[in-house]
Amino acid sequence: MIAEPSSLPRLQMKRVSKRFGATVALDSVDLEVRTGEVHALIGENGAGKSTLMKILAGAYQPDAGQLWLDGQPYRPRSPADGRRAGVAMIYQELSLAPHLSVMGNILLGVEPTRGPLLRARAGRRRAADALRQVGHPDLPLDVPVGRLSTAEQQLVEIARSVATGCRVLVFDEPTSSLARDDIQRLFGLIRRLKVDGHAIVYISHALEEVQEISDRFTVLRDGRAVRSGPTAGAKLGDIVALMVGRTVDELYPRSCRAPGEVILELNELAGVRLPASASLELRRGEVLGIAGLIGAGRSELVRAVFGLERVRRGQIKIAHYAGPAAPSRRWAQGVGLVSEDRAREGLALNLSVAENLTMPRPRGWLGLTWPTAQQRAARPWIERLPIRCLSASQPVRTLSGGNQQKVALARLLHADVDVLLLDEPTRGIDVGSKAQIYQLIDGLTLGEAGQSAGVACFHAQRVSPPRADRPAADMPGSAMATRLKPRSHGTHATLPKAVLMISSYLPELLGMCDRIAVMYRGRLGPARPVSQLDEHRIMLEATGVQSRSGALGSASGDTG
Amino acid sequence: MTRASTPFATNAGLGARSARIVARLGPMVGLLCVWLLFAALKRGDFVAWHNQRLMLLQTAVVGTAAVGATLVIISGGIDLSVGSSIALGTMVVALLLKAGHAPLAAALGTVAAAALWGSAIGAMVIGHVGRVAAIVLGMLTVHWTWKAAGPLGATAAGIGVVAVIGAFNEFALKRLPLSPFIVTLGMWGALRGAAKGLGDNQPVYPEHAGWLNDLLTTSTSGIGRILPPGVWLLLGLALLMGGVLRYTKFGRHVFAIGSNEQTARLCGIHVERTKLLIYMIAVACAGLAALLQFSFLSMGDPTTADGYELKVIAAVVIGGASLSGGEGSILGTIVGALIMTIVDNGCTKLGMQNWVQEIVTGGIIVTAVALDRWRHRRAE
Repeated sequence: MIAEPSSLPRLQMKRVSKRFGATVALDSVDLEVRTGEVHALIGENGAGKSTLMKILAGAYQPDAGQLWLDGQPYRPRSPADGRRAGVAMIYQELSLAPHLSVMGNILLGVEPTRGPLLRARAGRRRAADALRQVGHPDLPLDVPVGRLSTAEQQLVEIARSVATGCRVLVFDEPTSSLARDDIQRLFGLIRRLKVDGHAIVYISHALEEVQEISDRFTVLRDGRAVRSGPTAGAKLGDIVALMVGRTVDELYPRSCRAPGEVILELNELAGVRLPASASLELRRGEVLGIAGLIGAGRSELVRAVFGLERVRRGQIKIAHYAGPAAPSRRWAQGVGLVSEDRAREGLALNLSVAENLTMPRPRGWLGLTWPTAQQRAARPWIERLPIRCLSASQPVRTLSGGNQQKVALARLLHADVDVLLLDEPTRGIDVGSKAQIYQLIDGLTLGEAGQSAGVACFHAQRVSPPRADRPAADMPGSAMATRLKPRSHGTHATLPKAVLMISSYLPELLGMCDRIAVMYRGRLGPARPVSQLDEHRIMLEATGVQSRSGALGSASGDTG
Repeated sequence: MTRASTPFATNAGLGARSARIVARLGPMVGLLCVWLLFAALKRGDFVAWHNQRLMLLQTAVVGTAAVGATLVIISGGIDLSVGSSIALGTMVVALLLKAGHAPLAAALGTVAAAALWGSAIGAMVIGHVGRVAAIVLGMLTVHWTWKAAGPLGATAAGIGVVAVIGAFNEFALKRLPLSPFIVTLGMWGALRGAAKGLGDNQPVYPEHAGWLNDLLTTSTSGIGRILPPGVWLLLGLALLMGGVLRYTKFGRHVFAIGSNEQTARLCGIHVERTKLLIYMIAVACAGLAALLQFSFLSMGDPTTADGYELKVIAAVVIGGASLSGGEGSILGTIVGALIMTIVDNGCTKLGMQNWVQEIVTGGIIVTAVALDRWRHRRAE
């Protein structure tokens, strides 16, 4: 550490607690950041990092606990308040005014003026000073920020924080959208800011980065600070163990599944930004999990498959259909998506259960639909899942989160899809609904016949031999059999379905899936049977500590 | 100009500057093209100086209102009540003149009154619907009870109404921000109604309007000989507002709010205060436009300027502003207003019928914005 640590820490957070309804987001968390220090905040998705930082920034008020800045009590009531006190946040999504120039953004809110008039020359000087302080006096002052690259925009945002005289700088996943070279430049800048006497909080999932840049770290798990200490000497393997150390106390159903023919095949699929490259094969009658951290590109992957995002290159093959297609085509081909954003994308909250459920497949005559017909179609699903509601005409808005999610899932069942793309299907719902959804997913992989005769066989990988009554997928005449074109008019599944499931909750993936592939920075690793995986291993791969082929321990062994 | 693909590219400055100059010039080039088109088609009649002067004159009313609307649109808002504001403004000035006030007092009074209802619009946009309702209903109560209860009783009743509604607002409603589209859609009707009510559904003819009658005619001496005072007013206002947008803190904040309101708030800008000021200024500009319209009509007419709100928005948008905020310029707006006048004027000169003109104008609006978006996409 170059700057001398003063006796008083720059930032102190003591016994900070925060609850949202019944869930405890933070439970008596302590955090101490010294002047001239880079302090890494580490934890899994949902461990409480962002809640803690929002309290620091002033976006949330803590239920209990106290904060001090340079020994002074600090109690921001709004983000603007926090900024004034000298706490600046650099979020993953940058907060700049894209139409304003670099200078305009740096000076926003602190413009030097004489009366009502701007002092152009003084402003220029101050903006140029700020850019010099962040080591990039070469950035053009008059270009609209929207025209700059992400790395340059990030610099502008840092320069703005410096120009307003911040004392604590929080970087939230600053490298997730940067290229390698830019990351090194950013690290150079962070070291420079450190020497200038700023206190820096650094949040990242990529543990190698944490090791490279931070002086000390704090690990959060389930809303508690489980360990703080100097980074030097800490083993990455130990940090991962601290992050994931929890018990699995939920039971996941896994019947004896018999994966059939390949129904979804991706080959080097790349989106506009994410994913960078993804290949996989999904079979009928299996659940394939995609693990990874937020921002790794998991959602972008399924959205690209479903046609919600553009495909840059690579192949998508769904049964005998090849190439990208719009969502409307995907529904017709037998593919359905459950969005991770239930409220904004997944459901039309003001519409009724029946309307939501039958939306992709109104099943009307000549395009005409009758509300009563929709409700009649929805009723069997409401009973079967079951969806707890007063009637099929009840607005989805009034249902609980779990029941809303069941409506979103029932939509796929009603459309009788073969490939279910589930993006965080159990996020934010109660345990009872979770269990029902697990049961449902498991049942789908068996098809109708298997559902009644589901036999539990845990951690068993079985691939069924090719069945004589099922034509090979690549034969031209097989289209009808492979794709479910002749749709059954009953509401019961007939053929086993294929499920591609994204989840940030590892026990769920390990419990539900047959195979799991891990995504890191837009690249999807190979899918491996769950019997070869555990939380620790997935976490190592998801945080980039361990390369996919490398043996466990080699990456964590040479740390310290 | 391509997006700076290499990070920290130092040559971004020069390219970007030239791109920005091109962006500024875009509407100007459009103006020139349209003018040259009609000049080629019609020659003498169209290019004559007196026709140029006529076209500037025809632009004055819409242009003046559009200067104010530019601020609103840059900040990400919209004003659909411009036409009604102009009509109400002509009524106010006509009534003030009829009541015997001097032209200057009448003019200033009109602009001040416009700023007042502009601040009511702004207050509703930033969430003070309850307060506006309290004040308006309080004033109406005073008006209705004046005869029955006398000055003292009427004032007491008014204060009572304000207190009741105000208290309800402060305790129950608090701040309730509304979209500018909805607020000004409401005011589009309400202000038109107020204009009709002021004159009992009839136009108001003041006897002595003084110089207010001559704003749109050329005089025999001074600069008025070159262009009528109304056009000078428009040019002066444009220069002033252009300067305000460019060289004042307020102007920067208008752009910042339109570009990213959250960021503006985070950086400590008083977003609400700024918005209130924006709507006050914009509607005051509509008040000035009302003076010009009055000068043109020589009367206060509650049905005048119907549909002007759309002409004003079209002028701003043709001038390169984005309806989602953050972009726009006064120069562009003036050019946009001129393009619309030239099309009107040129079509008339070519002997086209009214319906042809309307179709052509509609096409121009869509084309201009499409070209602007296309240019933007290439710039990124």
